[in-house]
Amino acid sequence: MSTVRGVYAVVVGCGRLGLYLAGALSESGCSVVVVDIDSSRFLDLGAGFSGFTIEGDAVELATLEQSKIGKADIFIAATGSDSVNLMVSQIARTIYGVKKVATRIYDPALEPQCRRADLLPISTVTTAAVSVLRALGLQE
Amino acid sequence: MNITIVGGGVLAFFISRSLGEKGHRVTVINRDPAECTQLARRLKATVVSGNATHPAVLEDAGVRQQHAVIAITSHDEDNLLICQLASGMFGVRRVLAMVNDPRSEELFHKLGVPETFSVTTILSSLIEQRASFDSIINLFPAANGSLEVVEVLVPDEAPCVGRTLSSLALPASTLIAAISRGKDEIVPNGKTTLAACDRMLVVTRHDSFAEVMAYLTGGIEWAVRQPVRK
Repeated sequence: MSTVRGVYAVVVGCGRLGLYLAGALSESGCSVVVVDIDSSRFLDLGAGFSGFTIEGDAVELATLEQSKIGKADIFIAATGSDSVNLMVSQIARTIYGVKKVATRIYDPALEPQCRRADLLPISTVTTAAVSVLRALGLQE
Repeated sequence: MNITIVGGGVLAFFISRSLGEKGHRVTVINRDPAECTQLARRLKATVVSGNATHPAVLEDAGVRQQHAVIAITSHDEDNLLICQLASGMFGVRRVLAMVNDPRSEELFHKLGVPETFSVTTILSSLIEQRASFDSIINLFPAANGSLEVVEVLVPDEAPCVGRTLSSLALPASTLIAAISRGKDEIVPNGKTTLAACDRMLVVTRHDSFAEVMAYLTGGIEWAVRQPVRK
């Protein structure tokens, strides 16, 4: 992966996806802040992670402000709730003007909603399904 | 009108029942199948069991034919998404969201959901005001909280007793819309004289409310602050 010095990333949700992305971004040189409502999840951040963590509910503006969301270059919403992800992503994109905002959604039907709000959808179901079909040789 | 309520608990039940009684065609969407069964038994409404943050559920519930969608779940993020889907994806003309955290109201307005209400804001305002003035019988906010409509009982010792409405030094934007005196209902004008035990229907701006109430009920703070004008 290319090195990205000086890039500030906020990751909301420290489940499997958030964990992986936070670790990867941190190892590639980004300054990373991870937000999760449950601080015990931060224990899974590996030794390669050199960023900060914030325990709090990202739906509360005070928590996002604590993460200095206004300075973020990248914002990733990776909680387990589509509606939380969409809400915090829109706060990042529309209110704080963060340039690159990615939103994880479980329900593929929400992809148009992401595009309408100028968010990059991380549609895990669609992505996984397409990978499987390709691996089985049933799709290009 | 076709109105869809999304949510559960007593709020969803009473709002649905009230709207149904007024003649609207109500649909309720609720995530809990057991609660849906209960609602279907007790309400005349169409009850749909499902998660309304999924576009497919909204579509199955006939959201495209709705005149209004009201989201009153206990999660702000769900209420936001439901309203955004209803208006943005399905073209529903009016969407209304309950905002549990009062600090998020402005956020909803900026994200395309202009009609919101915060139960905590309304209730704490009511409680604050009722706790200070015994003479208040009824209180409800109007015009999105910028106006108050209140029924005030005029005590014997109030300075306004025996005075005409036009002689009162009420703050601007205050209207005494009606007076109940015994069995009579009066729509007053400037020449109407106030009497003790009058029940006045007062419309005033939210920020003048305390001042108006103190003045009409003879609150000590007001008497000390300003002399009564003839």
